[in-house]
Amino acid sequence: MLVIELKDLDKSYGAVKALKGLSLKVPKGSIFGLLGPNGAGKTTTLRILCTLLAPDTGEVSVAGFNALTDPRSVRQSLGYVAQEVAIDKILTGRELLELQGDLYHLRFEEKEGRIEELISKLEMEEWIDRRCGTYSGGMRRRLDLASGLLHQPQLLVLDEPTVGLDIESRSTIWQLLRELNDKGTTVLLSSHYLEEVEALSNQLAIIDAGKVIAQGSPEDLKRQLGGDRVTLKVREFSDKNESEAVRDLLKNLDGVRQVVINNAQGFSLNLVVDDENVLPHLREKLDRANFKVFALSHSRPSLDDVYLQATGRTLLDAELDVASKRDVKLESKKAMR
Amino acid sequence: MASSSSLLSPVVGYKGSLSDQIQETLALTRRLFIQLRRRPSTLIAGILQPLIWLILFGALFTNAPDIFLPGGMEYGRFLGAGVIVFTAFSGALNAGLPVMFDREFGFLNRLLVAPLCSRNSIVFASIIYITALSLLQSLAIMATAFVLGYGWPGLTGLLIVLVTLLLLVFAVTALSLGLAFALPGHIELIAVIFVANLPLLFASTALAPISYMPAWLGWLAAINPLTFAIEPIRAAYAGPLDLHLVLLHAPYGDVSGYGCLSVLIGLTIGLFLMIRPLLNRKLA
Ligand SMILES: Nc1ncnc2c1ncn2[C@@H]1O[C@H](COP(=O)(O)OP(=O)(O)O)[C@@H](O)[C@H]1O
Ligand SMILES: [Mg+2]
Repeated sequence: MLVIELKDLDKSYGAVKALKGLSLKVPKGSIFGLLGPNGAGKTTTLRILCTLLAPDTGEVSVAGFNALTDPRSVRQSLGYVAQEVAIDKILTGRELLELQGDLYHLRFEEKEGRIEELISKLEMEEWIDRRCGTYSGGMRRRLDLASGLLHQPQLLVLDEPTVGLDIESRSTIWQLLRELNDKGTTVLLSSHYLEEVEALSNQLAIIDAGKVIAQGSPEDLKRQLGGDRVTLKVREFSDKNESEAVRDLLKNLDGVRQVVINNAQGFSLNLVVDDENVLPHLREKLDRANFKVFALSHSRPSLDDVYLQATGRTLLDAELDVASKRDVKLESKKAMR
Repeated sequence: MASSSSLLSPVVGYKGSLSDQIQETLALTRRLFIQLRRRPSTLIAGILQPLIWLILFGALFTNAPDIFLPGGMEYGRFLGAGVIVFTAFSGALNAGLPVMFDREFGFLNRLLVAPLCSRNSIVFASIIYITALSLLQSLAIMATAFVLGYGWPGLTGLLIVLVTLLLLVFAVTALSLGLAFALPGHIELIAVIFVANLPLLFASTALAPISYMPAWLGWLAAINPLTFAIEPIRAAYAGPLDLHLVLLHAPYGDVSGYGCLSVLIGLTIGLFLMIRPLLNRKLA
């Protein structure tokens, strides 16, 4: 059963193609992670499914409603916690929640009850009657989460929910998301943090350059990728020739699928191997050729490896690549309604 | 995914009722009033400024010859109507600013993801807020004018004052909200407000009658919407008012009290029709 179905979404901002035929299916009851580097199109996707933005082409179905023809039903069905928290600094947190409750047409008793419940659940008692202008990032996030949850939506959409938050706020939010999910709320969150997606989601899609490049459960994705990862250094600072020699030595060994030299990491070698049984053979072979082993680590494939496999670069590299190029001020100016 | 599928079934029968629309409109209005209460400086300035005008300008011509104004009207009494209208006008012209800030700071997005029955509620809230403010300011001016000895319009007169002000405030609020959605940012909006304000005041009958103006300025004053609001209010102050009477001797002909009000009604309707497509697009 699907809560969200996006089909072939295209969206351009002037010359920038933010989405290029993005399709996504979010099953009901999942905590679904949308993982991708800065600029991949996560926010654009979420804004489209929250009816804040219309795609150039494509279909958007949320909670059984067509977001393009029946946006109000979609709005009623979901709670949206935006990446940039827009808060009225002059209102107190409680006043903001009151406003939110009225915008979702909660009846008075229900509204007051929900507000109290969320204040205590998100531990906001101490400061909820202070003005929002005095809040820290973590407090704002919690308030925003509370306002997204006020009307008990069946679907909660969060854009980078814990970026820049202190550890305490982060774990409070993670905890709440898990609880909500246990009670049946579908959670869709975007993140460029691997750890966040790994920690929370049971389904995910990796998006890159406006397209979904992999989708499934984290275990499935890693299994599909196959093989274990080995990082090897024969010396602390090796050189090109030495590393190439080691590569040639190891690449035909039984159980070794791939050997890549990572120039950026002091010519260390990245290997994909069948499983950990290959390791003793590896050491033996190096020993026999008189190479020392300075460092050798072995790991199961991570989501980063999934990303690496599909795009040829790591999430971190992709992140660094875009971070400097975006003019966030200009974008928010252009996104103004 | 063992739980039942009922959660997924569409929220049936979700339709906005009138009470829902009232709830959302009042909530948005309440927010504007909370802002006002916590930042009362605009309100205080908005009341003080016209009072200062009234007192200073009123005093300026105290010793002018009796024949200075038509019917030997005292200048303070003449001026009162102008200050009331101008105050309401400037207040309404600012109506778009909170909306513009909501656009710029993204608060509008919060309103737009909510299942509002009608996005007109955002517009209604601004209108209710600005109208209440303008009326409050006008009453303060009228009370001061009374204390200064410039008279009081009487009960029917008061009614005409209110109707006239409401029409003007609606029209100008519509214009300002339109600008708030059409212009790129608050700097541009403030620039427009700044540029529009005083010239519209001077090119109206707020400070002097048309007969004192050179022909070109008289023409401008005679087509200035402010004039059509000022004249009925001034007449209401002058004594029992018959709207059939000619209130404005414009270069293009005489305009009665009903004529003035019709112009304001036409203007209000016209402006609302004009900004409608814009609001529909921006709030779609
Ligand atoms: N309002 C905008 N105007 C112009 N370009 C934009 C705007 N919003 C986003 N973009 C561009 O679209 C691409 C996708 O952006 P976004 O959806 O915000 O990605 P993410 O949330 O994954 O970082 C980026 O290249 C970004 O620079
Ligand atoms: Mg983003």
